[in-house]
Amino acid sequence: MYGHVEIRTLFFASYKELLGTGELQVDLPEGATVSDLVSALRSRGGAFTALPTEPAVAVNLTYTDPTSLLSDGDEVALIPPVAGG
Amino acid sequence: MTFTAIVREPIDPAHVLTLIGADQDGASLLFLGVVRDHNDGRSVGGVRYDTYEEMAAEVLSEIVGEAARSAGTDRIAAVHRIGELEVGEVSVAIAVSSPHRAEAYDASRYIIEEIKKRLPVWKKERYSDGAEEWVEGRPPTAPNTVPAPPAGAPQADAPQADGP
Repeated sequence: MYGHVEIRTLFFASYKELLGTGELQVDLPEGATVSDLVSALRSRGGAFTALPTEPAVAVNLTYTDPTSLLSDGDEVALIPPVAGG
Repeated sequence: MTFTAIVREPIDPAHVLTLIGADQDGASLLFLGVVRDHNDGRSVGGVRYDTYEEMAAEVLSEIVGEAARSAGTDRIAAVHRIGELEVGEVSVAIAVSSPHRAEAYDASRYIIEEIKKRLPVWKKERYSDGAEEWVEGRPPTAPNTVPAPPAGAPQADAPQADGP
């Protein structure tokens, strides 16, 4: 029996424009990491392949390591290089 | 009490100054980030700031909390504006008051530098030739790699004893 996790994935600024969407629900096997999510996105092909292999990521509003495990219902944002101020 | 906000309406610097100040404070400092008319040799007509608003609110609050602990003052207000801004408009306002000027300068500088490092905000410039481009920005610094608050600043959860 393998479970799965459903991840609410958010895109902003240049990533949002690149993909033409700001949000996707992504289903991953239980035990998936942030890095697995990025790989799954990039493997969709098309514009998704232009995403960086190791973008900055926030899980539930906090910057997180690529090796972090994801849980069902997590909100994961791919964060382009920032330019506030 | 510190104050932080991500706002869409114009920032009124005079109002931000009313959020700080106390009888024990001999220094009140206001920093404004303003949209300038050029960048990298191109003429800029205006900018649009986008944000991940919920996260930006948290990160700004964390940054100001770090500055407050390091500088030993909780009289700090930081506001970042989002949306369409014209040249000359204020994008960020940081106000700090403290008993002496050094702590206010340290806290203000720390806050603007950390905003630039890790606040989830993005800027698209509109050029006078009609083109638009996202400003390149920098990869955000993750929390575990965030540098310590300014060296030499007093470490204080409690108010500082009043020294020279």
